[in-house]
Amino acid sequence: MDFNDTSEEAAFRAEARAFLEAHVAPLEPGQRASFETEDPQTVEAAQHWQALKKDNGWACLTWPVEYGGRGARPIESVIWNQEEARFRVPPNIFGIGIGMLGPTLMAHGTPEQRERYLQKMARGDEIWCQLFSEPGAGSDLAGLQTSAVRDGGDWRINGQKIWTSGAHFCRWGMIVTRTDPTAEKHDGLTYFIVDMKAPGVEIRPIRQINGGANFNQVFFSDVRVPDANRVDAVGNGWRVSMTTLLNERASVGGAGGGGLGVRDLIRLAGQLEIDGRPALEDSHVRQRIADFYVRLRGVQHTGNRTLTALSRGQTPGPEASISKLVTAPLAQQLASFAIELQSLAGGEMAASGFQDGYLGSPGMRIAAGTDEILRNILAERVLGLPREPRMDKGIPFKDIPTGTA
Amino acid sequence: MNFDFSDEQKLLQKTARDFLQEHSPLAVCRRVLESDDELYAEDLWSGAAEMGWQGAAIPEEFGGAGFGYLELVLIAEEMGRALAPIPFGSSVYLATEAILAAGGDEQKKRCLPELASGRWIGALALAERPGRPDPARIETRLEGGRLTGTKRAVPDAAAANRAVVLAAAPEGPALALVDLDGEGVSREVLASLDPSRPGATLRFDAAPAEPLGPAGGGWEILERVLRRAAVLQAFEQLGGAARALEITRDFTLGRYAFGRPIASFQALKHRLADVYVAVELARSNCFYGAWALEQEAPELGEAACSARVSATDAFELATTEMIQMHGGVGYTWEYDCHLFYRRAKWLAASLGGAADWRDRLVGELTAGGGA
Ligand SMILES: Cc1cc2nc3c(=O)[nH]c(=O)nc-3n(C[C@H](O)[C@H](O)[C@H](O)COP(=O)(O)OP(=O)(O)OC[C@H]3O[C@@H](n4cnc5c(N)ncnc54)[C@H](O)[C@@H]3O)c2cc1C
Repeated sequence: MDFNDTSEEAAFRAEARAFLEAHVAPLEPGQRASFETEDPQTVEAAQHWQALKKDNGWACLTWPVEYGGRGARPIESVIWNQEEARFRVPPNIFGIGIGMLGPTLMAHGTPEQRERYLQKMARGDEIWCQLFSEPGAGSDLAGLQTSAVRDGGDWRINGQKIWTSGAHFCRWGMIVTRTDPTAEKHDGLTYFIVDMKAPGVEIRPIRQINGGANFNQVFFSDVRVPDANRVDAVGNGWRVSMTTLLNERASVGGAGGGGLGVRDLIRLAGQLEIDGRPALEDSHVRQRIADFYVRLRGVQHTGNRTLTALSRGQTPGPEASISKLVTAPLAQQLASFAIELQSLAGGEMAASGFQDGYLGSPGMRIAAGTDEILRNILAERVLGLPREPRMDKGIPFKDIPTGTA
Repeated sequence: MNFDFSDEQKLLQKTARDFLQEHSPLAVCRRVLESDDELYAEDLWSGAAEMGWQGAAIPEEFGGAGFGYLELVLIAEEMGRALAPIPFGSSVYLATEAILAAGGDEQKKRCLPELASGRWIGALALAERPGRPDPARIETRLEGGRLTGTKRAVPDAAAANRAVVLAAAPEGPALALVDLDGEGVSREVLASLDPSRPGATLRFDAAPAEPLGPAGGGWEILERVLRRAAVLQAFEQLGGAARALEITRDFTLGRYAFGRPIASFQALKHRLADVYVAVELARSNCFYGAWALEQEAPELGEAACSARVSATDAFELATTEMIQMHGGVGYTWEYDCHLFYRRAKWLAASLGGAADWRDRLVGELTAGGGA
């Protein structure tokens, strides 16, 4: 048992670090890469950095070389991420494409599609968004209603997607549509690549509770999509979507939660007072800090178990899927507690970074599988408990109740 | 990154599991728990000694098996799974560790082979009153090689024949080794929250005692021993929690209500998922504790607290949910749920509860001024 790189891994790390040092500034101690908004300058800076990485062989590490990757092992991609996190780099706005949609095209796309899209995706020249959720279909993705109808050699898409992160700066989207409403729910779906600049696509920002607007509503009115942009067979959309979602869990699972952490809370508690004594000496405060710390360390060490499996070339076990379920609610609880500690000043946005965390964290508990859906997954796939009973099996999609008139 | 046990270590764990499945089914725990005069499973104790487990971390020169801590933690996990009704923790994680940490060469040569062979069963006697022990308030005295005072609720002391006792010497806190069958010692076996691990109150009246480690340095040694024991016992708690989850899962799959297995009710599914998460977080923290223990790493303080807190919490959650999800039968003497429920809280109490260890953890995180 040790935390050391193998000699191969160490060499890879050194090479990665040398590249980073040559091109970007390291973060100072205590400094964090800022969580900038996705304004046009930031998007441009992110694209610039991605292109530089791609041209030097540091983008899409685990992708095959023929598609623009490096053919690296998953552990090497983790090492790269660890190293990159120590530098001041623009935010990564390519994750949905590179982490989820690219692998989907590799698994289900035609040779022409892979040829046309993957290299540009890898370089960040074209950014991609995921058009899955709809007003009536979130957790229950297969409840989606956006329709695609054949029209000569093309398809015509009508309907509405929602919560589409980054749609406003994306060139392409991957969309799941319903092509046969008379089939059973999961059978009548088809997956397409859609041009976000095509006539009939209308993108409207949605304002989040933290005031930002990173996600959007996207309306489709008679949008034409050539059949060449269909991914996999007609009616096979559910299977293709599952590939995307599996890759989503793989990429989201690694995220540490972001935002302020327990060390920041300790620092804060060291500065504040309760009844004339440092808050850090208050027993209730100590209990809460320790509780946060222990759970976060548990997630971190669980990550190390996952890395060990990757380093040995094995597939990580189910423990890899608990990360977001623990860190997302914890980020919310931690921010809430920190604000409580600030007492009367806690109501001011500028009092600390925790106010932002308080407003940002609820979204993490919903995006990429809600807490409840993640618990269902653990219960069913890991513990082997029965699936949820369903009312939507064995009948045509159009006859399933939707709750709307 | 190699944050896992080796194949040989896993093989040893499997051997331990197989052995305990055969020699320590839950019926053995229940037998001791229900008996008035069987204080521990003697056959199991000597079987474990034949496997070399009591001496797993004792160097060969002192009569041990000389495996190491990464092996001992896995044995501990299996002891926890089996709810083994033997004083393994007190003798191995506490008394043996105290002698390893503080004993002189002659003491080690004399005592450790006895502990490794299982002839000596050790306990650690700390508490004199409810609440966390305090170095400034030790009333038991050690003077001129004689010990006088009373130690209350000493875990596993009903079964033990030796005790390491925290006492006040003229120079300050000190540890002393006492023969519990010798003169000047009386013991009163107590009704234990977990009668498969009965404790006792120990009264010393000028009992002969040999000092362990430098006089006045007893508290520091004790802190060191407790940290190490925290990691070892965390693995025992982890094993118990994982087994409680498995039993509960199986029960909910087989029990039907409203025409379906109760395991299909989301209220239970989600809570079982939460137990699973708690167990896995504890496992990960335990791994880190094992690493720090084996390496004698400076991180041991933080690692031990984290392992202890998360394993204590996981075992408690797993066993409270165990009873609840069994329904009425879960509350019966006949079902095994209470064996786990009792053991969970008993293990938590025996080294000081999770709240104590949370408090210690923040101390570790803020030691040295900076956070
Ligand atoms: C910040 C953010 C970014 C996002 N980005 C994208 C994106 O880029 N592309 C995209 O397609 N989507 C995106 N989403 C949408 C996201 O995937 C959905 O919001 C999510 O799947 C939940 O769906 P919903 O909003 O329809 O809520 P619902 O599914 O209606 O859920 C409402 C509540 O019911 C619970 N619930 C639902 N089903 C069950 C069940 N079976 N058991 C127990 N409880 C249940 C949920 O857990 C939740 O608490 C984003 C969301 C957020 C918050």
